[in-house]
This record gives sequence, structure tokens and C-alpha cells, in this order.
Amino acid sequence: MASPYRMKNAKFKVYRGNASEGQEVEYTVPVEEGMVVLDAIHYIQKNQAPDLAVRWNCKAAKCGSCSAEVNGKPKLMCKSRLDDFNLDEEINVRPMKSFPIIKDLACDVSWNYEVNKKIKPFTPKENTNWIMKQRDVDRVQEFRKCIECFACQNVCHVIRDHDLKPKFAGPRFFVRVAGLEMHPLDAADRLSDLKNDMGIGFCNITKCCTEVCPEDIHITDNAIIPLKERIVDKYYDPFKMIFRKIFGMQ
Amino acid sequence: MVTILNQSKKETFGTTQRKDLWWLEPLVYAIGLGLFLLYATWAAFQGKNYEFGPYLSPFYSPLLIFDWWHFSPAFLILWIPAGFRATCYYYRKAYYRSYFMDPPACAVSEGCSGEKYTGETTFPFIFQNIHRYFLLGATVLLFFLWSDVIKAFNFNGQFGVGVGTVVLFANTFLLTMYSLSCHSFRHLIGGCMDSFKCGYQFKIYEKISCANEHHMFWAWTSLFMVGFADFYIRMCSMGVWTDIRLL
Ligand code: SF4
Ligand code: SF4
Ligand code: FES
Ligand code: FES
Repeated sequence: MASPYRMKNAKFKVYRGNASEGQEVEYTVPVEEGMVVLDAIHYIQKNQAPDLAVRWNCKAAKCGSCSAEVNGKPKLMCKSRLDDFNLDEEINVRPMKSFPIIKDLACDVSWNYEVNKKIKPFTPKENTNWIMKQRDVDRVQEFRKCIECFACQNVCHVIRDHDLKPKFAGPRFFVRVAGLEMHPLDAADRLSDLKNDMGIGFCNITKCCTEVCPEDIHITDNAIIPLKERIVDKYYDPFKMIFRKIFGMQ
Repeated sequence: MVTILNQSKKETFGTTQRKDLWWLEPLVYAIGLGLFLLYATWAAFQGKNYEFGPYLSPFYSPLLIFDWWHFSPAFLILWIPAGFRATCYYYRKAYYRSYFMDPPACAVSEGCSGEKYTGETTFPFIFQNIHRYFLLGATVLLFFLWSDVIKAFNFNGQFGVGVGTVVLFANTFLLTMYSLSCHSFRHLIGGCMDSFKCGYQFKIYEKISCANEHHMFWAWTSLFMVGFADFYIRMCSMGVWTDIRLL
């Protein structure tokens, strides 16, 4: 049976250029059933623009390489099916806005790796008994789903609009810190780093990171807000502070 | 070559490539919150028509009447739920987006320069951190609201159920769910620990987390219902509506 998708064309406007100069170039791509935006970019690369730069790896929404902005929304191109778009209108594909463009759809995301290096790694308690209860690890399991696509970093207005990169670590790294801070066997304290160096207070919990996460991590509700509450315990709750002073607890 | 994107240049407010109706959600929330604020302020200033039969408006509960207080009794208590909602993690998202446009929607430009932004690190927003104390205050108010529900079954010493009883019950139930699904409460009952003390604590934490996932739902339904409960009692007390007895 002939596929209803055959013969239908989709119009794409793809960004071509670098950080200071570029333009959107129009391409027409024949649509196949089950096609995703990354397939269309590959088609363009193969047939019309062999010098089109794009980063990708798994085509299975697992490596986090193919982040871009499709019709203005941060997405994984390999997870954006064409049948979710109105093919009578053109589809815009742009690189991530918050990171310097290297060429076309490829951005320099190395700032994220620098932030990552500053996070205190997992530090087990002394004489750790390496047995954990399932109920205690369930919570941190969610944070390990992160594929480092940096869509959350890209959409976060603290980075995107206010460009506070040096002072603010961003949602991806709050997720990582949440996974370490809530780990039942971890002994390190990262709360002061979170408050001072990672700038969690700049986050105004407006939830765009959660909206774009392709791994459906509840970044704001399960990572950022619980961390903010722990920071309140330590730095803003007057009764807890007095209690700690009197009883000399940490 | 036509320059259509320059990463070093600031964009104007509202610049986006999004093709959906991104402005609809912040607009609906701005109208919803605005209407409630207007009504609640007006109702609080009235200082009358807050009681009818066994019913007491939640805006005026507990009813505190003192000789030295010359304003509406609503103001003696309304600062607690107002503070609770203003510092609520969900409403913060809603009003930062709808009123402060910070951001107006995801991937929509705010059109302002970055350096001035301080988020919740400085006055006044640093005070969002006292949310847990408003939770405490709101929990105390809930006891009074439940006692109002019990009183709403008592029609001159006789057990009965009127539409107002149902309205007050629904209102208090929704407010209870709103408080139980609060992020600070979730932190208090287990979120603050890396290791749960026992299976029961984990079970409770799981249940509260489940309610917490729908915090936005409880926030809006309870907001609507608390306004409606006051309106219903006000209408009955003014003789505009008749309270129908169901039992
Ligand atoms: S919730 Fe916080 S971290 Fe996430 S996008 Fe919004 S401001 Fe950024
Ligand atoms: S938290 Fe989600 S959006 Fe952010 S980097 Fe990880 S997978 Fe991507
Ligand atoms: S190519 Fe690996 S996530 Fe898209
Ligand atoms: S977070 Fe909304 S009431 Fe506490």
C-alpha cells in the first residue's frame, strides 16, 4: 500500500552561519513515514548542503548531542517527529541560543563541562556500609536519567536572557547536585557551593527547564525546589539556625 | 549575506520563533489571579455579609472581633493565606511569568539586560524563603475551617445539610489538599532526609509526593473555591440567593 506520506514535501528553514553572522536557508525535503527532524537535516546534508554542520550520534534520544531549536522550542531533533508539525508551514531549525555557535547547528557547549568539574564528586561516608535501601535510591535514580542534552541550560532565562553564566550553574547541574546531595551514602556538603558559587537563588522556579527536558526529569519539583528547601534549612530558617547554635549541630 | 542572528545583540521583548500561542497561558493566569485579587480585596473591605445561618465565610474565619480593631475583621487573618499563596512555589512561577514577564514564556525573550537580574537572592524576593512559616500559619487556619464545616451541619441544634455545607466542605477539602501538596510540607516529612527512617515514613512521603505532582491543580481549584464560598455566603446573607436544604 502506498504510504500517505510519499510525495508530501516539508519546507525547512535552517540556520546557516556562525555566531555573528548567518541566515536561514530554505530547503525542501520529501517526507517519509516516521521521519524526525534529524532525518530531514541528514537528507539536506546528503542531497543539498554537504557542508551543513550538525552534531548527532545515537538517533535514539539517548546521547544528547542533537539539541537545537525547532520552531523556537528547545528539542532533540531525533525526537521531533514531523507528524507533530503542521507541514503546510515551514519548520525553523536553529542552533541553541544560549551557547556560542561554532557553525550552523553546532554549538560550543564546553562551558557546561567546566561547571561540571567544579561540583564536589560523590564522597562516601567513612567506613561506609555499602548497603542501601531501595526506597532511598529510588529518588536519586530519576536524576541519573540525564543525557546532558543541555536543552534545560539553553532555555533557562537566567542563562538565555540574563547571561549570568559565570554566577549560575544552571538546571542540569542542580540535577546532578540533587543526585549527590540526596544520595544516602554521600557525606559531602554542597549547600554552600549551591548558594554561593552555583547561584541557585537566581532560579525563580519558572519551570522552563522541566518543560523541555526530553528525559522527563521533574527538574524543578524534584531537584531544584528540594535543594532550595535544604538551603532554607541551613541559611534562612531562623528557628533552625538558633536550634543549631544552642545544640551545636551542623 | 543577511544577518538574521547575532548572538551578542539583545533581543526586544517577546522575540521568539515559537509558533504556538505562547502568550495565552500567562494571559489566562494573569486574568485569573487578577480577578481573584480584586474580589478578595473587595470582600475583605466589606466587613459585613460574611455569615449566614451556620455558615461563616472562609475569608473571615476565625472570626476575630475586638474593640480596638476598627477595620474589617478579615484583615486580621487574611495576611496568612495571602502570604502563603504569595510565597508558594507554584504561584511564584505563575506570577513571575504573568506579571513580571521574567520570563513571559519559555524561549520568549524578556528584552532586558542581564546584570540587574537578582532572582530570589535579594530583597524583596529573598523573603520567599519564609514560605514554611506561612504553611504553619495556614495549617492553624485549617483547623478553624474544619470546625466551621462541622458547624455548617448544625441548623439550630438539628443536623442538616445545605448547599452551603457542601460548599464549605469542598472549600476546606481543597485547601487541605493544597496545603498537603505543598513543597515545604514534602520537605518536612521526608524530603529533608537522605535516608528514610522507616517504610511508613517513605509511604507517607510517596503519597505526599503524589499530591505534590498536582500542586497546580490544588492551587487553582482551592483558589476558585475559597472565592466562591465567600461569594455564596455573601449572596445568601444579602438575600439574593436562597440556601437550599438537601437534608
Ligand atoms: S526553573 Fe529555574 S533553573 Fe529551571 S529554567 Fe526556570 S529559572 Fe532556570
Ligand atoms: S536535565 Fe533533561 S534537559 Fe537537562 S541536560 Fe539532562 S536530559 Fe537534558
Ligand atoms: S542523536 Fe542522540 S539524542 Fe539525538
Ligand atoms: S509550595 Fe505551594 S503552598 Fe507550599
